[in-house]
Amino acid sequence: MKFGVVRFPGSCDEVDALEAARRVGDAVLLWHADHDLQDVDAVIVPGGFSYGDYLRAGAIARFAPVMEEVADFARGGGLVLGICNGFQVLCEAGLLPGALLPNTSLKFVFRQVALEVVDADTPFTNACQPGERLSVPVKHTTGRYFSPEPVHVVLRYAPGENPNGSQDDIAGVCNDAGNVFGLMPHPEHAVDPLTGSTDGLKIFESLRAQVDDRVHA
Amino acid sequence: MRARVLVRPKQGILDPQGQAVERALPALGFSGVANVHVGRLIELDVDDPSQLPEMCERLLANPLVEDYEIVEENGR
Amino acid sequence: MTIASTPSRHRQLGLTDHEYELIVERLEREPGDVELAMLSLMWSEHCAYKHSRKLLRRLPTQGPHVIMGPGENAGAVDVGSGLALAFKVESHNHPSAVEPFQGAATGVGGILRDVFAVGARPIAVLDSLRFGEPEGSERSRYLLERAVAGIGHYGNSIGVPTVGGEIYFESSYEQNCLINAMCLGLAPRERLIRSAAVGVGNVLMLLGALTGRDGIGGASVLASAELGEGDEAKRPSVQIGDPFTEKKLLECCLELLDRGLLSSLQDLGAAGLTSSASEMASKGEVGIDIDVYRVPLREPGMEPFEIMISESQERMLCVVEPERVAEVMDVCEHWEVPATPIGSVTEGRRLRVLNRGNVVADLPVEVLVDECPLYDLEPIQPAIELYPAPPPKLSGGESPGEVLLALLASPNVASRRPVFEQYDPIVGSRTVRRPEEADAAVLMLPDGSAIAVSIDGNGRRVACDPRRGAAEAVFECAANLACVGAEPLGLTNCLNFGNPEKPHVAWQLTEAVEGLAEACEALGIPVVGGNVSLYNEAPAGPILPTPVVGIVGKLPDARRAGRLGFAGDGDAIALVGEFRPSLSGSEVEKLMGRPPRGPLPSVKATAVRDARETVRDGIRSEALHNAHDIAEGGLGVALAECCIAGRIGARVELPADFELFGESPGTAYVVSGPEEVVARIGQAIGRVGGDRLEVVGRLDVALAELTTAFEGGLERFG
Repeated sequence: MKFGVVRFPGSCDEVDALEAARRVGDAVLLWHADHDLQDVDAVIVPGGFSYGDYLRAGAIARFAPVMEEVADFARGGGLVLGICNGFQVLCEAGLLPGALLPNTSLKFVFRQVALEVVDADTPFTNACQPGERLSVPVKHTTGRYFSPEPVHVVLRYAPGENPNGSQDDIAGVCNDAGNVFGLMPHPEHAVDPLTGSTDGLKIFESLRAQVDDRVHA
Repeated sequence: MRARVLVRPKQGILDPQGQAVERALPALGFSGVANVHVGRLIELDVDDPSQLPEMCERLLANPLVEDYEIVEENGR
Repeated sequence: MTIASTPSRHRQLGLTDHEYELIVERLEREPGDVELAMLSLMWSEHCAYKHSRKLLRRLPTQGPHVIMGPGENAGAVDVGSGLALAFKVESHNHPSAVEPFQGAATGVGGILRDVFAVGARPIAVLDSLRFGEPEGSERSRYLLERAVAGIGHYGNSIGVPTVGGEIYFESSYEQNCLINAMCLGLAPRERLIRSAAVGVGNVLMLLGALTGRDGIGGASVLASAELGEGDEAKRPSVQIGDPFTEKKLLECCLELLDRGLLSSLQDLGAAGLTSSASEMASKGEVGIDIDVYRVPLREPGMEPFEIMISESQERMLCVVEPERVAEVMDVCEHWEVPATPIGSVTEGRRLRVLNRGNVVADLPVEVLVDECPLYDLEPIQPAIELYPAPPPKLSGGESPGEVLLALLASPNVASRRPVFEQYDPIVGSRTVRRPEEADAAVLMLPDGSAIAVSIDGNGRRVACDPRRGAAEAVFECAANLACVGAEPLGLTNCLNFGNPEKPHVAWQLTEAVEGLAEACEALGIPVVGGNVSLYNEAPAGPILPTPVVGIVGKLPDARRAGRLGFAGDGDAIALVGEFRPSLSGSEVEKLMGRPPRGPLPSVKATAVRDARETVRDGIRSEALHNAHDIAEGGLGVALAECCIAGRIGARVELPADFELFGESPGTAYVVSGPEEVVARIGQAIGRVGGDRLEVVGRLDVALAELTTAFEGGLERFG
């Protein structure tokens, strides 16, 4: 299982995502200016402040050369995981529905939050049970999810845990085809008991299980 | 020529920045203020103003959640 | 702008007549405009440390783990496995009073650059902030909100976690807020680099942002004078920070160093190109030529002197061998960092500024860097009280339970969660203890050991008794480290004081430095670097004398890092250390409306050391389940904090004459664990359990009430 983690100018959590992915498989960095996905099985678009969040979070990163390849990969059914800024990039790129808006509080919020697994039947959550609670940190200023159309909700903030005013407490959604998933919380920061919870590991494990299944199918 | 693009949150979308400003102004002694929205201004020199709408659609605004208004220097 | 050649032009730039005469004498001529601008900044308090340099020689700087001591961009200590930890604290007080968001943001940016300028990857930031009382002052609430937003903006965007800090509110800081930012960075020892320019004939290159008019005159205008009226006009001088540019610059510089492409590296801070180039040349005992025409500019029509003193942020200066320049340019292009050759290293020891080949300044390096006169302080102990009594919040008739709740809700004690939730403490995946989980931040290292770090100070207590108060800051900081199981390796300090030309401030400064030195010697902690910020005065008087210390330490096993909260129902609780709590300088005394008044309790250094080692070892061996040092609010507040963090109550018995809210920072701890363990190392006082905090015969308060008071304290200020 080989993960590819995109690195834009201004990405911050790409190394964290790389290290988290390496607990479960191989992982390489995909440089923003390259047109080469290096044959990875899944692409992770990581957290951070790509291009300084200039104009709008993710608005400039979505036009990076590597994103053309990611879009092709996604259209072909490839597995794409967008975390925080990555979620913002995928929405800007039209690979996921909706948009992320400034937190209702207008402030950056860091908090360990409880998530509810709404759909345990996706390539990103197959290691979870429906309704399972995951403890994962959030850290963002622009995490309020908005979509005028109905969306495929995968994760919600548990009651009382919504840190940013997202509609319907939505924390993570996937596209209709179910192969592209974006979430504001940071699973890569919930993989080591020494630094927090390990619930985030399940997302990486789900991806590996998905890829293993495909290989053996 | 010089153009200005004004980008603002779409009507109906929660605008906490606008609300914050709307609350702050009376606190400073200004009354009779309502309907405040906060957006962005982009100023640019363009050779071909007919490209501006596409620039807005593709980059300068997010059409899902924002409206934009193009103002050209000659006041049109 | 040509500076008018009137006899007082040097005075306009902040030089005294005497200093100007020295310059003329040394140069054997009058300085030109560009030279005068450069000299006025290099000879300012902020750059030259005129009033403090002699005093700072008192501080001990030797230690077995010290790799780089004071004098470089940051100090560094050995943390094992071939790694060095570079760290330093710096102030950005005056710019923050004028524009708090950018002042605080660029303070963080500046200290980050100091750390990666020595080749270390920044892995953590802490900040020590001081404002006026939030309750009475809209301005102070505004400064707090904007400064916190600025620190968060810069630190979060650049991807360096903010892992700790402190915030204090005292009316003394109303006109002069304090923003001290500390940064730690990690490097393989071989990647550490010094700033001395080396290699005559080597190319001087400027990396990073374009140069504009940011902070022109910032150093001498803002930092060497007291803030008076009309600081609106100083606004154009404040620098604007861009963390995105700095992120690219940071990655670029670390890659250049990993590839061995640089001969030396220096960041640009106060006084911009002038100070960086001068210091590089001075340390390397060489000369430097700069052609300002080659400096990439953001604004048209900038004059040579403006280019030389601009404080535009996110720029670094490096020295590169000619045959390596092309490769350096390639790396810079990859990271989208502008890189421009702007000069060269020369034989002889002169700093020459050229404009398109014409010499516009030509000065001996020593005049800029070494020959600024240093002044002796003339300390005189003040005969009167310098600081007014604060308005009382307590009448004196309250029960101990009510006093406890008042303390927990008071701005200096209450939970800082509303602030630290605006910071990312976990990026980098090293953070083992987040804010409020323990008394120090803990970051793990690749070999399974960990770094611990804390930043501490207390202006009121130093005002009571500068020598003992300053020593307490060191003891308290070291105690915070012991609570997570760490042993101190080195210390950095920021001395925030008023106008040193006034004898009572000179006395505060002299006594405080002596106290710091004594405490560092007693605990064997070397000072590896620091910063001084003087002239923090308003017409009403000087700020409380505020030495701030940051200590880094190491613990052998990250898995055994200590925690603050009570952990086990039924655990025995003990008091460790020779504790002589007194009300002088305490938070409760402040709430009672009394001014800061000494003396502070005397303290035996050997007892402080013993207690520290006992707690440190108890945590390392996991014999103890929690450890929390007793600071503001004394034992009463410490017990409450352990209950709140552990979400469990406690029942404790104390002698009738024990000062429940008396303080003596750095000398005593609350710990808990199995009965046999706890009885051996300290004085057993009670047991963990239930949902109330009871101090028999004194107070009995529900945990829920304690928690509400503590969590709501700062929240109400937004």
